[in-house]
Amino acid sequence: MFSVLRQVSRTGSFRPRYTEAHEAISFDDSSKLGTVYITDYAQSSLGDVVFVELAKVGEKVEKGDNIGAVESVKAASDIYAPVSGVVKEINEALNSQPGLLNKSPEDKGWLCKIEVSDPSEVESLMTEEQYVEHCKCPGA
Amino acid sequence: MIALRTLRTRSGLGFRASSLRCTQFTAKRGYAAAAGELKKTGLYEFHVKRGAKMVPFAGYSMPLQYGDVGQVAAHNHVRSSVGLFDVGHMVQSIFRGATVTQFLEWLTPSSLSSLAPYSSTLSVLLNDRGGIIDDTVITKHAEDSFYVVTNAGRRDRDLAWFNEKLEEWNSSERSASGKVELEVLEDWGLLALQGPEAAEYLQSLTSFDLKGLTFGRSAFLPIEGFNLHVARGGYTGEDGFEISVPPKHTEEVAQLLARHPVQLTGLGARDSLRLEAGMCLYGQDLDEDTTPVEAGLTWVIGKDRRDSADFIGFEGVKKHLKDGPPRRRVGLIVEGAPARQGATIYKPGTKEPLGSVTSGIPSPTLMKNIAMGYVQSGWHKKGTELEVEVRKQMRKAVVTPMPFVRTNYYRG
Repeated sequence: MFSVLRQVSRTGSFRPRYTEAHEAISFDDSSKLGTVYITDYAQSSLGDVVFVELAKVGEKVEKGDNIGAVESVKAASDIYAPVSGVVKEINEALNSQPGLLNKSPEDKGWLCKIEVSDPSEVESLMTEEQYVEHCKCPGA
Repeated sequence: MIALRTLRTRSGLGFRASSLRCTQFTAKRGYAAAAGELKKTGLYEFHVKRGAKMVPFAGYSMPLQYGDVGQVAAHNHVRSSVGLFDVGHMVQSIFRGATVTQFLEWLTPSSLSSLAPYSSTLSVLLNDRGGIIDDTVITKHAEDSFYVVTNAGRRDRDLAWFNEKLEEWNSSERSASGKVELEVLEDWGLLALQGPEAAEYLQSLTSFDLKGLTFGRSAFLPIEGFNLHVARGGYTGEDGFEISVPPKHTEEVAQLLARHPVQLTGLGARDSLRLEAGMCLYGQDLDEDTTPVEAGLTWVIGKDRRDSADFIGFEGVKKHLKDGPPRRRVGLIVEGAPARQGATIYKPGTKEPLGSVTSGIPSPTLMKNIAMGYVQSGWHKKGTELEVEVRKQMRKAVVTPMPFVRTNYYRG
C-alpha cells in the first residue's frame, strides 16, 4: 500500500491532489499556499535522491512549467508545477539533506510552496483515490 | 597450455578443446533470440530470490539493485569492502589456432605477440575507418590460444564481424601455417568480485597464493573443488577478480562468493563505480565514429604497431595520431547540477558548442558532479574552464584528469 493513504490524518483537512507525473499539492485555502512534494511512490522508483534543484522564490510559474529537478545517481527527474502561481518558499533543508525526499517525501521532504492563482486548478487534479488507481496502471 | 591440460585431467572444468567442433553451431545460436525478448544469465533465479530489481540491459534482464540497499550504499560498499557483480551477459570467447596471434593483431591494434602468457590487455576492435566496434579485454593463454571478453550490447555486431574476418583470414595465405577457430562460451557465467576486501575473501576459498596474481594477470585457481579461470582486474577501479564459470556451476560458485562481507551489487552501482574510475561504457562513451585516439585510448595501440599498417582501421588511426584528433574525450567536474548524457558543452560565455557529455553522474565517493564527454581539441587540457547546459542554465565545468577516484589495483 502506498503511504498516500496516510495523507488525510497528517495534513488535516487539506486533502492533497495529484498529477500524473507523481507530484502532489496540499492546498491551504486560507493562506492560498499549496505545498508541492513528490509522492512516496515516486521517491521509491527514483532511488537515493542526491540532489534537488528548485525554482527561485518569487518566480511566477504556469501549470506544467519546469520548476526544478530531483536527481538520483542514476537519473534526473524534472519537476513540473502542478498549478499556476508564484513560488513563495522553497525547502532549503533539501540542499544539505536531499535524502529527506526518500525518508519523508510527503512531509519533511516537501519541495516548495506556491501561492495558487486559481484554486480551481487544484480541484482539477487527481484525488487520492484516482492517483492510487493511476499508480496501478502499467507504465505509470 | 600446461595449466589447461592439468585442469582437464584433474577436474574437467576448464576450457575444453573438444568443444571446438561446435564452434559454428554455438556462434550462430546468439542470433536466434527473438527481438524484444530479454535473455537471462544463469543467475536470473539467484538474483530474483535475493530481492533484485530486474531491468532490461543490453538485451538481458539484469539486476539494478537488491532489496532495500540503495545505489549509493552499494557503491560505497564496493569502495570500502567487497561486492559481487553478475557480468554473465558479457560475451566470452576463445580463439585458437597456430596463426591466432597474427589474426588478433589484424583485428586490433594491440601488441599481442609480446604479451606474456596469462596476461590481459584492454583493446579495441576497429572498423575500416578506425572507429571502435567494441572495447574488449584480451587474455593470452598461449601463442595459439586467447580468451576474449566483449560487450553484451555488441554481441551481434561483434560475432558477425569475428565470423566474417575469420572466413577471410582462413581462406587467405596468412593462415597457411594454421587456421583460426572461434569458440563462444555460450551460457558460461562471469562473476566480478570487486573491492579492497576482495582478495582477502577469495584467498579464504583457494590454496593459490593470490599475492602472485597481480593486476592484469590471470590463472586457473582451485576454488572449493572447482578449477576456475580468474583474471585480476575489473570495471570499478578497485582491486578485484573476474571469475569465469561453466554454466552448470555458476549458481553454486555465486553462492560461495556471496557470503558476508560480500554484498550483491547491481548495474546502478556498476555504472557509478566505472565512471569514477574513468572507464568507458560502449554505446555512451565509445561508438563506431570514434577512434581510439579521440577516446583517449591511444595507449592500447602497441608502440611497435603505430607504423605497421597491418591492422584493420590503421589509416584512420594513423591520421589522428599524426595530425592530432579533431576532438578528445575528457573528464569534467560540473558545478551546480549533474550534467547527464547528451548535455551540450560550450565555450564559456558564448553559445558556441564544443561537444557533448557522454556519461555524467553525481559521484557518490567525491560528492561532486563528474562527467565524461568529447570536446574540440584545444579545449581538452587539464584545468580548462568550460560550460555545460543543464535545464537551460549554463553550469561551470572544469576539465579534470581521469580517473576521478584513485584506482586501487594490486600490483604486487
